[in-house]
Amino acid sequence: MGPYARSHEEVLALKKSSMTVRERPGAAYRPTPPPAWKPRTDPAPLLPDPEPYRVLGTDAAAGADPELLLRLYAELVRGRRYNAQATALTKQGRLAVYPSSTGQEACEVAAALALEQRDWLFPSYRDTLAAVARGLDPVQALTLLRGDWHTGYDPCEHRIAPLSTPLATQLPHAVGLAHAARLKGDDVVALAMVGDGGTSEGDFHEALNFAAVWRAPVVFLVQNNGFAISVPLSKQTAAPSLAHKAVGYGMPGRLVDGNDAAAVHEVLGEAVSRARRGGGPTLVEAVTYRIDAHTNADDATRYRGDSEVEAWREHDPIRLLEAELTGRGLLGEDAVRAAAEAAEAMAARLRERMNAEPALNPMDLFAHVYAEQTGQLREQAAQLRAELEAESAGGAPGAEGDAR
Amino acid sequence: MSTATARQAKPATMAQALQRAMRDAMAEDPAVHVMGEDVGTLGGVFRVTDGLAEEFGEDRCTDTPLAEAGILGTAVGMAMYGLRPVVEMQFDAFAYPAFEQLISHVSRMRNRTRGALPLPITVRVPYGGGIGGVEHHSDSSEAYYIATPGLHVVTPATVEDAYGLLREAIASDDPVVFLEPKRLYWSKADWSPDTPAAVAPIGRAVVRRTGRSATLITYGPSVPVCMEAADAAVSEGWDLEVVDLRSLVPFDDETVCASVRRTGRAVMVHESTGFGGPGGEIAARVTERCFHHLEAPVLRVAGFDIPYPPPMLERHHLPGVDRVLDAVARLQWEAES
Ligand SMILES: Cc1ncc(C[n+]2csc(CCOP(=O)(O)OP(=O)(O)O)c2C)c(N)n1
Ligand SMILES: [Mg+2]
Repeated sequence: MGPYARSHEEVLALKKSSMTVRERPGAAYRPTPPPAWKPRTDPAPLLPDPEPYRVLGTDAAAGADPELLLRLYAELVRGRRYNAQATALTKQGRLAVYPSSTGQEACEVAAALALEQRDWLFPSYRDTLAAVARGLDPVQALTLLRGDWHTGYDPCEHRIAPLSTPLATQLPHAVGLAHAARLKGDDVVALAMVGDGGTSEGDFHEALNFAAVWRAPVVFLVQNNGFAISVPLSKQTAAPSLAHKAVGYGMPGRLVDGNDAAAVHEVLGEAVSRARRGGGPTLVEAVTYRIDAHTNADDATRYRGDSEVEAWREHDPIRLLEAELTGRGLLGEDAVRAAAEAAEAMAARLRERMNAEPALNPMDLFAHVYAEQTGQLREQAAQLRAELEAESAGGAPGAEGDAR
Repeated sequence: MSTATARQAKPATMAQALQRAMRDAMAEDPAVHVMGEDVGTLGGVFRVTDGLAEEFGEDRCTDTPLAEAGILGTAVGMAMYGLRPVVEMQFDAFAYPAFEQLISHVSRMRNRTRGALPLPITVRVPYGGGIGGVEHHSDSSEAYYIATPGLHVVTPATVEDAYGLLREAIASDDPVVFLEPKRLYWSKADWSPDTPAAVAPIGRAVVRRTGRSATLITYGPSVPVCMEAADAAVSEGWDLEVVDLRSLVPFDDETVCASVRRTGRAVMVHESTGFGGPGGEIAARVTERCFHHLEAPVLRVAGFDIPYPPPMLERHHLPGVDRVLDAVARLQWEAES
């Protein structure tokens, strides 16, 4: 026998133990042990509906709580006005930049209302409205975009994480926080928001994977508004839908009409309850549309046509809800006027407060880098303090610098 | 060290001291959680987390999915909820996927929230060469970390400091990048975990060897090299002082400058690249503060400005005793005579 020849017994033993030997020709690949390749979860129940789930204008609307619908309506009207006011503030130089959520108010508002006070919201730069709808002072919500500091509120007090600008990077935070809460035995849920473009980021993938493995009580809300700045969804993914991505991680994916506030609220509410009960994470894709440009600094005419925008205006979240409420005789003229007046009052107050100069203290730059200032920072703080003193003593700013 | 302590002390490796530091921190504070790749059942590829999962359970010492950004990103969320995560990166070069989280969030969360959200996270990174590792297993990545405001960056060179500094790092309310010189993991010292030597707070350098001729400023894996060089230098007539920085951020200007003012000469020694490496910053600081005491320019002995070499060539790259002594020889001694 040559060096590679085996006895019949050896071959039989190998067939029994080998990871790769087929039991008989044509039989399914069946490594033993362990059968790591076998689906551990039946994918069928995880799959999203083929069409975005809707409530308004469908039979399901009859079951919707009128009080909730009226609350959503008032918040949507206030949210639309908030977006308009914030955009106006950029034109007056009062905000450095504003990424508007006009057209996406149903997602923003429903996300806020789906949470309990003990829960946490993880917003992105576009989601100041969600923070405001959760009860945050709009001036504090806009601090980042005004530019007087990065985060204008105490995240622990409001249970709203800082607005995250690096795309999708806040998603793993939501997972870790939800995981920590579960370890401590608290029934706290985290809801994290991200855009369609953000789903291409590695952090999106890692967050979903960790969440599913840990069965963390977290809900991911993707607002698919059609664009990542100028780039349409078709260049972002080849997935059947963004909601389908959930299946690969072993969590349910839900597809919902993002302009139907009642539907978004219902789907998010179910996902939040499931997470709270220990059922693990859910990925929700809300299909919506960014009516305004990416920010006030963007020119959307370079990448999309007016007809598209007009088509989406026909599917406006406020109009959809208004039609439902009016059809059921729930929305009188008084209620419409009250919502409009409340929104106007909010806008007037916001305008007034944003027109005041924010209090700035340059020494704050060194105050929070570390718990305790390093020697290096103490030296640099002293330098800035001296420059400020020279400035306030009447010396022209920079005069000293020029002399050096 | 008292005689009682000395009696208890027995040989321990740096890896064991690091393990003990985490163990003691976990026993003292239920908020301390260890997480990373293979840290649970296996005890880490260097066995630094050996036994922690067994003793504290998998919820306290967790084998995570294999994704460094995800590990650090979830650690951020855990810290937001009051935990004290100790994250293990498996190797220096495999910590790079976590840079986004480290730089965009870990380092600046306290600052961007005006102190409302401090992140007490320790990121343990085995670093440096000299272990015969193939590509991506030997990087000296400290320059990336020290260039990021908001992080503390520390690195032990002795068994005692490994324990003391790691306890300090875990207890710190700020994020600490804890660089573990992997070729010293198996270095031994007589040490007792029951009476660990008190360690100065993070940010204090220590004079490992006093001398009058010149100061070798170094840290981590290069400390033993410098100690050896100082021993060898005696026969050349040089009495070298060795300063072990221990902490790159915050930087202990006081100890370093006091030494250089005494000796009048300084050589910076590290494995990291010379161009853009920590030595350039330190040489500048020393020159700015000690110019009138200097008899010669501050020299640097560093790794070459090349991607880390393959293992069979790494000895040509790593700063060794001879290269250190060559630098000392160039410290303009002729002016002395
Ligand atoms: C990591 C990262 N890369 C790039 C950017 C720049 N950027 C800001 S918003 C944006 C588009 C994001 O699109 P999407 O995720 O769909 O969110 P949307 O703006 O539509 O709400 C880009 C590329 C960023 N903020 N972060
Ligand atoms: Mg988008």
